This record gives sequence, structure tokens and C-alpha cells, in this order.
Amino acid sequence: MSKYLLRRFLFAAIILIFGSLIIYTVIRCLPTSFIETTARQRSSMPGAKSYAEILEELNKLYARDTSILDGFFKWFKNAMQGNWGTSWVFTKPVVEKFREVIWYSIFLNIVTLFVQTFVSIPLGITAARNQYGKTDYFVTVFSLACISLPTFFLATVLKFIFAIKLDWFDLYGAVGRFHMQLDAWGKFLDLAHHMVLPVVTLSMLSIGGMMRFTRTNMLEVLNADYIRTARAKGLPEDIVIRKHAFRNTLIPLVTYMAYLIPNMFAGSLITETLFQIPGIGFVAYTAVTQGDIPFAMFYSFLTIALTQVSLLIADFMYAAVDPRVRIN
Amino acid sequence: MSEQPILNNTPVENPEPEIRLDDEKRVRVLSPGLLIWRRFVRNKLAIAGLIILASMFIFSFIGGLISPYKQQQVFRKTDTAMREYASAMINEDLRYIVKDGEKFSNIAAANFVLAKNNKRTTFDYAGTHYSFKAGAEDFYEIYSLTEIGSVLMLGKKPNFDLNEGETLTAEEETAIAEAVKTKTAAFELDGKQFVLRRDGKNNIISVTKPIAIGTTLIFDASDREGVPIVNNYEFIRGAGLAILENESDFTCGGQTYAIVETDDKTTVYRSGSEDEPFATISNLMIRATSPDVFLSTDFKNAFLDAAANGQRAFSLENADGEPVEYTITRTHNTYTIRTASLTELINMYAPPSRSHILGTDSNGMDILTRLMYGGRVSLVVGFVVVFIELIIGVIVGGISGYFGGIVDMLIMRFIDIFNAIPFYPIVFILGAIMDTMQIAPMQRIFILMIVIGLNGWTSIARIVRGQILSLREQDFMLATRATGIRTMRQIFVHLVPNVMPLLIVQATLSLGSIIIIEATLSYLGIGIKYPYASWGSIINAATNLHVMTNYWYMWFPAGILIFLTVLGFNFVGDGLRDAFDPKMK
Repeated sequence: MSKYLLRRFLFAAIILIFGSLIIYTVIRCLPTSFIETTARQRSSMPGAKSYAEILEELNKLYARDTSILDGFFKWFKNAMQGNWGTSWVFTKPVVEKFREVIWYSIFLNIVTLFVQTFVSIPLGITAARNQYGKTDYFVTVFSLACISLPTFFLATVLKFIFAIKLDWFDLYGAVGRFHMQLDAWGKFLDLAHHMVLPVVTLSMLSIGGMMRFTRTNMLEVLNADYIRTARAKGLPEDIVIRKHAFRNTLIPLVTYMAYLIPNMFAGSLITETLFQIPGIGFVAYTAVTQGDIPFAMFYSFLTIALTQVSLLIADFMYAAVDPRVRIN
Repeated sequence: MSEQPILNNTPVENPEPEIRLDDEKRVRVLSPGLLIWRRFVRNKLAIAGLIILASMFIFSFIGGLISPYKQQQVFRKTDTAMREYASAMINEDLRYIVKDGEKFSNIAAANFVLAKNNKRTTFDYAGTHYSFKAGAEDFYEIYSLTEIGSVLMLGKKPNFDLNEGETLTAEEETAIAEAVKTKTAAFELDGKQFVLRRDGKNNIISVTKPIAIGTTLIFDASDREGVPIVNNYEFIRGAGLAILENESDFTCGGQTYAIVETDDKTTVYRSGSEDEPFATISNLMIRATSPDVFLSTDFKNAFLDAAANGQRAFSLENADGEPVEYTITRTHNTYTIRTASLTELINMYAPPSRSHILGTDSNGMDILTRLMYGGRVSLVVGFVVVFIELIIGVIVGGISGYFGGIVDMLIMRFIDIFNAIPFYPIVFILGAIMDTMQIAPMQRIFILMIVIGLNGWTSIARIVRGQILSLREQDFMLATRATGIRTMRQIFVHLVPNVMPLLIVQATLSLGSIIIIEATLSYLGIGIKYPYASWGSIINAATNLHVMTNYWYMWFPAGILIFLTVLGFNFVGDGLRDAFDPKMK
């Protein structure tokens, strides 16, 4: 067990280092980097120093005068000591910015996870119970349609219908114009109101996959011998489904959800950008496109780490809920 | 027809021997391929997907051929628009017309204005003294002064002290003495102007030389030929002085001009052609907006009449004798004259019509045609990327699965690292790099294909590896090893074909997701760029809120096409999976 754990952690560490090295290299190649843009802006100001001079100063300030490998190890050493640097775009420590914005993403993702779970699991079970029936057909088509919808198109259509035509929601942003004047409850309602469209978008996209997953696993369980036994001994169908079938479907479902939970902290890049929710995804998008190395590196490192953690969690969850599985 | 009954009767005439229960003919044996096809066809969703895909291919690849328009054809329309034709204002600023060969700088002009406002008649600039004659509020003649000497009054007798080479006649001396006594600063004698300036007890005598005119009057020639003459210093001086002195004519450059003054303007005629006005002098500055247009006197007169009567519009015949309507708008003392003119405009955001079924986009291009060509790009990108993924995935997965052990471990860890790299941040950075390096749109498409392909091959490699790991233990592989077939041949000829069904399913399903990825990137503006279109880059128009709100036909059809295509691939992929292995689900 401990040997397995050690090996997993070792691999995770290797993947983290190499993954972030690759990203660091790519970011360092960014020609339209933030530094050059800043230098150009500053040199165009009246009475400023020449472009080359400012560029040199900035390069020194941001430790860009080193080679890529040296720069990476310097960054890595600092990062391991908890010093993630200061974001160039937001001009504040990366971790501070992260703490500021992460709540939007977590809020968004938790609500989405709830909606997704409560819609897709019952639908998936119903579909499996009526295999090849009308409901099953509908669920299959619906889940495939959800998978086939491009995020941006769904978001645009939702915005067009509900924000422009019906005027129920605001087009962009996490809070309204008068947010600061509201009391605590009003602020929460305002935030919730602005989260409706993003949550619907995110849920629609993830419902499809989860629904199919539930249906497939439910079908597998329903064909098992112990279900036949349960039915044969005269248990009501409801109990057969709830107690015998669904509980066994939970095993793969829990594993599936284990992948989703850590991703809450990585945000949803595209959806947050489309709705301009200032969560970690949108902020990362802004940082990455403007060549903000400290923030982009932090975000990438976070993403890679979360992926590894989710894999680990999934393994352990699987072992925890299914005693037949032994970790070796 | 006559043979039909014979055919039908054949079995009766020659009855076949009785078929046994386990006879081969009794059970129609289907080839595996046919079996899969049967199962596939039975799936309604898969058939629907197949139909969707077929229509998408026809739409994109054949539609582009039958469309009457080209991909980058820009449509134009002509429309009348009220455009600014001329502007007029009441001139209150002094203009300075400097005599040829003389200098009158801006600072001197400013000093002149100061002196004028302080009711002085002389001013200095850069060591030179100047004086001016205030004829009227709007016309000043400016002189430079040349000192010729000084005069000192001793009692009643003037004592002249002249500079070298200067002389004064007796009359002039008397006049100067008189002026000193009466403290007159300037006087004129026989066309020669004298200016006296006190310097202690001395009076410095200067003679004047005209160098410039300062005036708020505007001199307009009646035709193009007259422009250089009218803007000449001599002409303006002559005309201005004549007006001041209420003379009816003046001579300039050997030509005599007659002046007729009316209420608000003065008309100058050339002597000999009294019926044709040569120039007008007024306070009104009127300029055509386009430098090609020369405003005729008729136009100016018509405008002046209309402006004087406070009219908002007037009509005038043009060179072809057709009446043209002009409108006048006034802001403070500036008039703007507008007229309707025929202009060619790019036919942007045209609503759906018979000639453009889905309207035109912000570049004036036909949206339906662009959707067809965009479909080509989207589909071709999808197929090329899947091909790249398959090649890399099969090679890496095949090697990894066949050799196993340390090779497998290394390759799988490499795949882990590759999988861990977040895709979108990397692509955003690459997009920014390509933007800066201004990579050609065509090259961009290729780079994009490679990048998306590199993102997706790992899942295929995993599938191939997993299958081959189990397949390589089977007997037929033992046979290949025993017959001494080369390793690469073992992998790619004997192992990989067994993975084919899974590969086909995986490829079909990933086609859908690749199209979504490409569309997302193009939507965010880092994928396919103008002039090429893809479905995603067409929806990119919806990032503009104005377009999204008002022109749904610009982005909605493209989104529906993406959705349908991806749905088609998913239906077919799902159907194929069921058909290949009904148990797999």
C-alpha cells in the first residue's frame, strides 16, 4: 500500500515538473510578451527612456535575462517555497488574486455539480429501466445532443433568448450594477441571479456525459444475476432499483465524480470567459493571453496538480466504495 | 416476360434434394462486415446521423460549387446619402496676405493684433518697427518702417539730422516740422508716408514700405482661372484700398477692374466684360468639401440669398440643367451645405433576401456561401486531425503494447505528462504567437491541425495499447513469431487490424469533438482567420454585441450546422460501437 502510494506520488511529481517545464518553455517563447508591450508603452510616454533601456530593466526585474532552464528552476524553487510571484497583469501577488477569484468558480461549479447530478442520475436510471423504450430513446438523443453542443454557441443562444429578447438576466458579469448598495442577502441573490445562465450552460454540457455513464452502468447492473434474484424473491421493483441496482451503480459514479471535484478549483475557462464571470478561468484567460508568466504558470501548475490529485482520489474512492477492489 | 414462368417452374420440374437441418444453405452465413452493417442499419439514430453527415458533406463540398457566389466576393450597393457638399462661415479672423519677397511672421502678426487692440499705430518685432493704417474694421495695410533720420526742435526751428544718403525736400521738411509741432504721429505727402516717433527730445523720422495686408474679407474668384489672380497681394491691396476710399475702380497688373458694392458683398468686374463678375469680396468664407469641386458664383449667390432669408434649403440647377436640392444647417456662425449624392456602399448586414438567402455579413459577403466554404474547412480540419491522431496513436500505442515492460512504462508515463498539459492555455499562447508573427491564414490552418492532433492522440494510443496487450498473448501471435515475421510487420499487419473496429468508433467520436475544438478556437479568434472561413469563425461575429442582438442570421445558422454535424458524428459513432460489439455499450 505505502509502496503504491509512494510510486503514485513520485509519478505525480515527475508529471508536475515536466508538464510545467513544457508550459514554461512555451510561455517564454511568447514574442508579444507582457514585458515588451509594457516597455513599448512606457517608452512612448513623454520624457521616457528609450525602448531598449526599459526593456533591459524589465527583463532584469522579471528574471527573463536567464536561460529558459535556469529561469524555470528559479521559478520552481520559489514556487516550492510558496513564493509564486506577482502577477504582471493584475499587479498583485498571484496567490492573493487566486484567493480573490476562486470563490466565483467554486460557487459556479458546486451549483453546476448539484444540478448535473440531480438531473442526469434520475434520467439515466429511468432510461436504463426502460431500455429501448421511448424514454431511453429520448435520453440517448438528449445526452448526445448535449455532448454535441459547442459551449460558445449554447452560451450565445441562451444570452440571445434570456438576456436580450426576454431581458431576464444580465448579459455579462457576476454581479449587477448596484451590487455594492445591497445588503448581504440581496448581494447573494444578485450573484445567484447572474450565475443562472452560466450554470445552465455548464450543466447542459456535462449532463450528457453523466447521463450516458449512469445509463450504461445501470444497464450492466440490471443484467446481473443478483437483480434477477431480487426480483425472483418478489421484492417490489422500486426496492430492487433503489437498494440493489442503484447502490451498485454508485461505484463507478463516485469515481466519475471524483474526477469532477478537483476541477472546481481549475474553473471553466471557456464558460467563465463567455459570461465574463471573474472566476479563476476568466482570470487565467486574461493572464495567459497577455503573457503574464507568473499567473499563467501558477494556473497551469494548479491544473496539472489537480488532475493528478483527481486521479489519486478516483483510485482511492474506487477502493473505498468497492471492497472487491484492492489497491496494489 | 415469356421466360418468367419457366424460371418459376424450375424448382417444380427439378426438385432439390431435401435440405438437412444442419445444411449450410439453411443458414445464410453473413460475413462479419455484413453482420455489422445489418446491425448498424437497424439503428435509427445511426441512420439519422448518416443522413445528417451526408447532407453536410453535400452542403459543404458540392454547395460551394453550385453557389453563384465566391467565398470572398464582396457585395456592394448604391445608395443616396446626404453628404456634406460645402461649408460656409462668417470670417472673423484676420488673414495676412504678404507681399512677394517680404516677410511677416506669425509673431509679428500677433504683435500687430496687440497694437491694434491697444489703439497704437506702431509695433515692433525683431528689431524692425512696423506701422499700419487702420482703414476700416476689416482691412489693414501693414508697413515696415525705415529710419531716415531724426529731427530736433530748437525753439521753432527744426534741426534735421539725416542718415547718410537720405534727403528731404523743402516741402517735406516743412510738413515734418508741422507734424512735430502738432504731435501727429503719421502723415502722408505726395504718396509718401512719414512716421514720427519720439525718442527723448528727438523725433525719429521713418518712411514706410507696405509689406502685408491684414483683412477679414474673403476674396473669391468666379472661375478657376481667376483664383491665382484674386489671391494675389497686389489685387487684394488694390481692391481693398479702392473699397476704403470709395473708388469705383482700380488697376492691378495692367488690368482695370470695376467695383460694385451691394449690401453684404462687393463684386469686382474686369473692365471690358462688365456683365461677367470676376470676383466677389465678402465676409463669408465658403469652401467645397471635396477639392475637386469648384463652387460657382451662382451657387454662392444662391446660398447667400438663402442664408440671408433664413431658409433651410435651396435648389439650384447643376451643369446638366437638373435641379439639385441643397440643405443648410447652421451651427453658430458656420453653415454646412449638404446634398444627396449617389454613393457605392458595401452591402453589410443585409437581411435574408432572394439573392442572399441568409443575408450578408460585416464584410458584405454572402453568409450562405461562406457557410459552405466554412464547412469544407471545418470538415477537412476534422478529418486531417483525426488522421494525425490515428497515425501517432497507432504507432505509439502499438509499440507500447507489443513490447510491454520498461518500454511500455516509459511511453505510458510520457503519455501521462502529455495528458497533464492543459490544452487551452497552450493554444491561447500559440495563437498569440501566431498573431504576432503574422503567419499566413493558410499556414495557420496547418499549424492548428497539428496542435489539435497532438492534443488528442493519447486516447487513441491508450486504446491501441490496451487491446494489443491482450491480443499479443493469443495463439495467432505465437504463430507469427514462430514463422519469423518481422516485429514491425507483426505489430502493424497482424495486431493493429484487430483493433480496427475500436479505432473506427473512436475516430468517429473524436471527429465530433475536434470540430467543436476547432470551432471554439475560431470563435475565440485564435483559430481560422479571415479570408478563410470556418463555422466557428463565422459565429465569431456574435462576439460583437451589436451583431448578436440585431443580426441573428449571421451566427445562428453556423451554430446549428456545427451542432448538427457533431451530432451526426456522435450518432454514427454510437451506432458503430453498438454494431461492432453489442455488449460494449
